[in-house]
Amino acid sequence: MKLLEYEGKEIFEAGGLPLLRRFGVLKLGESPDSLKLDGPGPWIVKAQVLAGGRGKAGGVKLARTAAETRELAGRMLGMQMITHQTQGKALTVEEVLVEEACEAAREMYISVVLDRKEACPVIIASAEGGMSIEELAHSHPEKILKVLVDAEAGLADFQARQLAFDLNIPKKNFCEFTVFAQRLVKVFTGCDASLVEVNPLAITKDGRLLALDAKIVTDDNALFRHKDQAARPDHEASDIEKEAKAIGINYIGLDGDIGCMVNGAGLAMATLDTVKMAGGNAANFLDVGGGASVDQITRAFQIILKDPKVKAVLVNIFGGIMKCDNIAAGVVEASKTVKITVPLIVRLEGTNVKEGRKILAGSGLKLEQADSLWEAAQKAVAAAKQENLCRYC
Amino acid sequence: MPILLNKKTKLIVHGFTGAQGSFHAQQCMEYGSAIVGGVTPGKGGTEHLGRPVFNTARDAVKATGADVSLIFVPPPYAADSILEAAAAGIKLIICITEGVPVLDMVRVKQRLNAMKAAGSEVTLVGPNCPGVITPGECKAGIMPGYIHRKGGVGVVSRSGTLTYEAVWQVTSQGLGQSTVVGIGGDPVQGMNFVDTLKLFQADKQTKAVIMIGEIGGAAEEDAARYIKAKMTKPVFCFVAGKTAPPGRRMGHAGAIVEGNAGTHASKVAALKKAGATVVDNLSEIGAAVAAQLKAKTKTKAARK
Repeated sequence: MKLLEYEGKEIFEAGGLPLLRRFGVLKLGESPDSLKLDGPGPWIVKAQVLAGGRGKAGGVKLARTAAETRELAGRMLGMQMITHQTQGKALTVEEVLVEEACEAAREMYISVVLDRKEACPVIIASAEGGMSIEELAHSHPEKILKVLVDAEAGLADFQARQLAFDLNIPKKNFCEFTVFAQRLVKVFTGCDASLVEVNPLAITKDGRLLALDAKIVTDDNALFRHKDQAARPDHEASDIEKEAKAIGINYIGLDGDIGCMVNGAGLAMATLDTVKMAGGNAANFLDVGGGASVDQITRAFQIILKDPKVKAVLVNIFGGIMKCDNIAAGVVEASKTVKITVPLIVRLEGTNVKEGRKILAGSGLKLEQADSLWEAAQKAVAAAKQENLCRYC
Repeated sequence: MPILLNKKTKLIVHGFTGAQGSFHAQQCMEYGSAIVGGVTPGKGGTEHLGRPVFNTARDAVKATGADVSLIFVPPPYAADSILEAAAAGIKLIICITEGVPVLDMVRVKQRLNAMKAAGSEVTLVGPNCPGVITPGECKAGIMPGYIHRKGGVGVVSRSGTLTYEAVWQVTSQGLGQSTVVGIGGDPVQGMNFVDTLKLFQADKQTKAVIMIGEIGGAAEEDAARYIKAKMTKPVFCFVAGKTAPPGRRMGHAGAIVEGNAGTHASKVAALKKAGATVVDNLSEIGAAVAAQLKAKTKTKAARK
């Protein structure tokens, strides 16, 4: 799960990382007058969205006076924001963070991420921060430092020192930095993160070392041991996605018109690819999981059909753990509670396939069965096209 | 000789008495796999599915001489079960469990690497995988047995159901599989593509290899380097996730395009450059393998 900046900063604070003073988070619908802005200012108002490049998109603003801060915060809430990381889609700013402003003398980059190949955390750092680390990695790979970290022991003192020397950390901030790096690794392992990023890590003109931003991505698989994280809202997921997640179904909304219900993430992805090859576009990625019950299939149908774009539904099940007769029973059961008004194409293969196909054939339901994924995809694309035509006739 | 599993394999099942463990252990036994017992702490001394249950992996290995572990325990305890099996002297551990925290696997890998350095190598397959099957000899996993057939095509894949799809196409072409290895869809895992390709390259029964990849990570790019440098057998690939939007985790913890890393295009380009055949349409992979193998047989026959 991706955390917003202020959520990440709460974790940073608990982990003892140095931050700017925060004056509060304003949510959509709240009055900017509720912000308690004591102190002389200036302040900085930051849009809380899950995308980099906020600054360029007008999501980070400096305010000289308290009145200006309130005005900017009020204006930023509800703003539609498109950055280079949002794939052309606009994100609505639902929360803004107000913090003390500072003047950075130097900006660096530091993150801890999982190195899949080495199977351990790795610190990625650069003396040049504030900009896109991906761009820097591309244009100047030699400026990127990498330090492999022992997940059990943490970052060793000598590694932290080496990193500080390599980044040319001034003497005054040297010890501050080594402690910072070690604590950052502890935050990473402590909250089961897959990414903890500080961009920029700044040394201010008045000589303070500060994490100016916070980006944390946590491992969903570890939520069972982080009750506090599990209670946080998922800002990335749409309402339908959240509903699916709550019942253990993996759903991601897409732009097309063919609803898909598949078992297994790989097959679900391949089904989307196959639909595309057949000339159509999938409306969603949906993995019903390994041990889905009849009840779950019913709810999966309800979820798929909530999307008004859906013009046909393609069910592609290759039974392993999931038995085909369960799926078939789920389809029949679902049709009793959910009115399936669009064409339904079902392709079953695997454990108990004969029983499954028989249940479908004998159900009296209006559906088409297919023998292969390719046949099913073609039938679904044709059916969706037909439905789209019918709307105009 | 196929790879990893054969007729002589003796399996123990962790989480034997649970719902998933029971169902799939039964299916494996019906397929003909030699399941010699199971492990469920607290149920030692009892019997389940006609096999003895042990409290610990060590007891199970001591009593049965098992050499392969099949793990079905829930995610919070899966990493511990892997380590328990390794400590009990098991040399091949297959972990089916889905949803194991990545940092747990980081710690498991660290221990297994330390054991390897001390001269005791353990092979781990998974987690979050369908398991391994050597058709006609031993099934250790959750794949439907009947779609397989003994033959010369080695299959290795990051995805469960996608593996079945490829296997079924091969079988429908009248061909069969030497061994099918589901390495799983997690970012930190046991055997990877290169480890498996090495075994297939050395295996006499394997004549061609199907490799099913997906977006995320760099395992396919690593495999491409190995294929180019060492593989003499033909390799057929499909990479899932061509149409997946970047930044979203597509079900598997490992299937995510982050920035410019792990893209479909980069993997396909690397594999093609390495000389592998990459099919765009998954439905064509069986036919592609069949065309190549049948052409080879014909040339051989013509030479004779």
